[in-house]
Amino acid sequence: MTTTDGNKPPTQGMAQAIKEFILSEFLPGEDPSALTDTTPLVTGGILDSLATVNLVLFLEERFQIKIEAHETTVDYFNTISDIEQLIRSKL
Amino acid sequence: MLIHEFLHQSALSRPDDLAVEDGESRRITFRELADLSDLLRDRLHHAGVRRGDRVGLYLPKSIDAVAAIFGVLKSGAAYVPVDTDAPVARNAYILSDCVVKIVVAERRFEGALRAEIARIGSSMDFLFMEATGGGLPLRRTLDGLQATDPAPASQSAEVSLDDLAYVLYTSGSTGKPKGVMLSHRNALSFVTWCSEVFEPADDERFASHAPFHFDLSILDLYLPVMHGAALVLIAADAAKDPIGLAALISERRITSWYSAPSALSMLAQYGRLQEHDCSALRRVLFAGEVFPVKHLRSLKNLLPGPRYFNLYGPTETNVCTFHEIPDDIPEERTQPYPIGKVCSHCQALVVNEQGQAVSAGQEGELCIGGPGVMQGYWNLPERTDSAFLTDASGQRWYKTGDIVYEDANGDYIFVGRRDRMVKKRGYRVELGEIEAGLYRHPAVKEAAVVALSDDENGLRVKAYISCKQADKRPSIIELKRFCAENLPIYMVPDLFAFEAALPKTSTDKIDYQKLKEPRD
Repeated sequence: MTTTDGNKPPTQGMAQAIKEFILSEFLPGEDPSALTDTTPLVTGGILDSLATVNLVLFLEERFQIKIEAHETTVDYFNTISDIEQLIRSKL
Repeated sequence: MLIHEFLHQSALSRPDDLAVEDGESRRITFRELADLSDLLRDRLHHAGVRRGDRVGLYLPKSIDAVAAIFGVLKSGAAYVPVDTDAPVARNAYILSDCVVKIVVAERRFEGALRAEIARIGSSMDFLFMEATGGGLPLRRTLDGLQATDPAPASQSAEVSLDDLAYVLYTSGSTGKPKGVMLSHRNALSFVTWCSEVFEPADDERFASHAPFHFDLSILDLYLPVMHGAALVLIAADAAKDPIGLAALISERRITSWYSAPSALSMLAQYGRLQEHDCSALRRVLFAGEVFPVKHLRSLKNLLPGPRYFNLYGPTETNVCTFHEIPDDIPEERTQPYPIGKVCSHCQALVVNEQGQAVSAGQEGELCIGGPGVMQGYWNLPERTDSAFLTDASGQRWYKTGDIVYEDANGDYIFVGRRDRMVKKRGYRVELGEIEAGLYRHPAVKEAAVVALSDDENGLRVKAYISCKQADKRPSIIELKRFCAENLPIYMVPDLFAFEAALPKTSTDKIDYQKLKEPRD
């Protein structure tokens, strides 16, 4: 993957990158088409506390952002779409 | 002396000292906490609560919840705390099973809770508060009620040491949680032991990491108040954030920490502890599961100052053995540390399958006697009977289900479980309760759940499923969502595998050994 700006992380395919991470880490064996941008992650039992920490670390490194603990609640973190919106607000 | 009377003492001897502080730095003194809990006691008495009753607490961790706990105890009732993050159906079951007289709850849970209580044909009274926080929400609620329906001032109930103080629900193998009945004597014997061993000072600041429905909270709630020390509450969200926790330990000058090892492992791995000054820490206590030595070593390297103690004990006995971790953990050591020697307020016995004591060095089931041992399981006389061993002298011993042996130093070493109970991030999980949850899904024909454990991932729960119609199997996402609606999040299986049929033993039972064997 290439970046257009030297310091800026790639944002194209953001939802896809989040999706791939969640599938490989927390849903091994799942049909990729079953996970959509609106699948509930926190209320759906996919993200528990440890999974959330791992996802936050992945997002912080990948997109060079800082995510606060209060931002990982159901209000900001429940779907891939929510997470994408949270990240975009920080770039 | 009753467990809540420590608050009365501290309110008299140091009324203006800090009793509890929360994550937002809201604070309450001993006098204010005593006064607020008196007001709730009066309100509960006015609502008909009497000695021997139970009162449900449906509250997030907050100063209001601490005041409510003391208020319930002063009323003479036992408190029954539920996990506000768990499914409402599970909580409604608990409150109904325990026949609580009244539930003190935050308003936002009202709709779902009332609907579920009605659905299961149960009934109870409610006392709702609009919010929770630094004590003001409870105060406002009680003042509001006082204006319309005054509750006369009352006295704290005269209860005995054998009255129940709290009922804590743990995972049950039959699919329903079971209530562990704990008395003032149980709590006092444990807290007194803590006081003797840890010798807390009145300038200390204890962190409260565990939720109040978890037995680790007993030390947090009562040991600091016994010594006039302060308690710093860590809310559920903050408790999961290792970076925030490291900052909290530093900024709040925490002197005493107590949590499950998993929280400390996360702190060591992700907490950036080296960026924080945690020099106020005097002791780190952990309990609830085995602490992998790798993570314990790295934690001790990052935080070399405090003393470290491994505390062991099921909810039924609270802590009954302990072991201080030596200063240096050899690089080559991988074997977990012992659960240690029996606490002075308990007695221990290791027995074989026939219930006969074995000699030191031999494996057997650890049984615990003494004043720390629970009275029994709420409304489950047969389960209670089978949980105890009665010796020739008539003494009752709680059978922990943990297989141990005594080593040459006289320390107990944990070997494994006798049954299908596992510990996941400090939480007790009966694999049978997860299976019972999975069987409720209409597409599931058979479900078998096993625990997998390795150093890297800790413990993971894997569910094997066969479906009624092979071509109509639910997605993993659908099964996780279904579990999350019926079980606490820590019971949702981490991994799923679908099979045409599950392997069976010759007696047509699910063959768990075969499931665990590596296959193609």
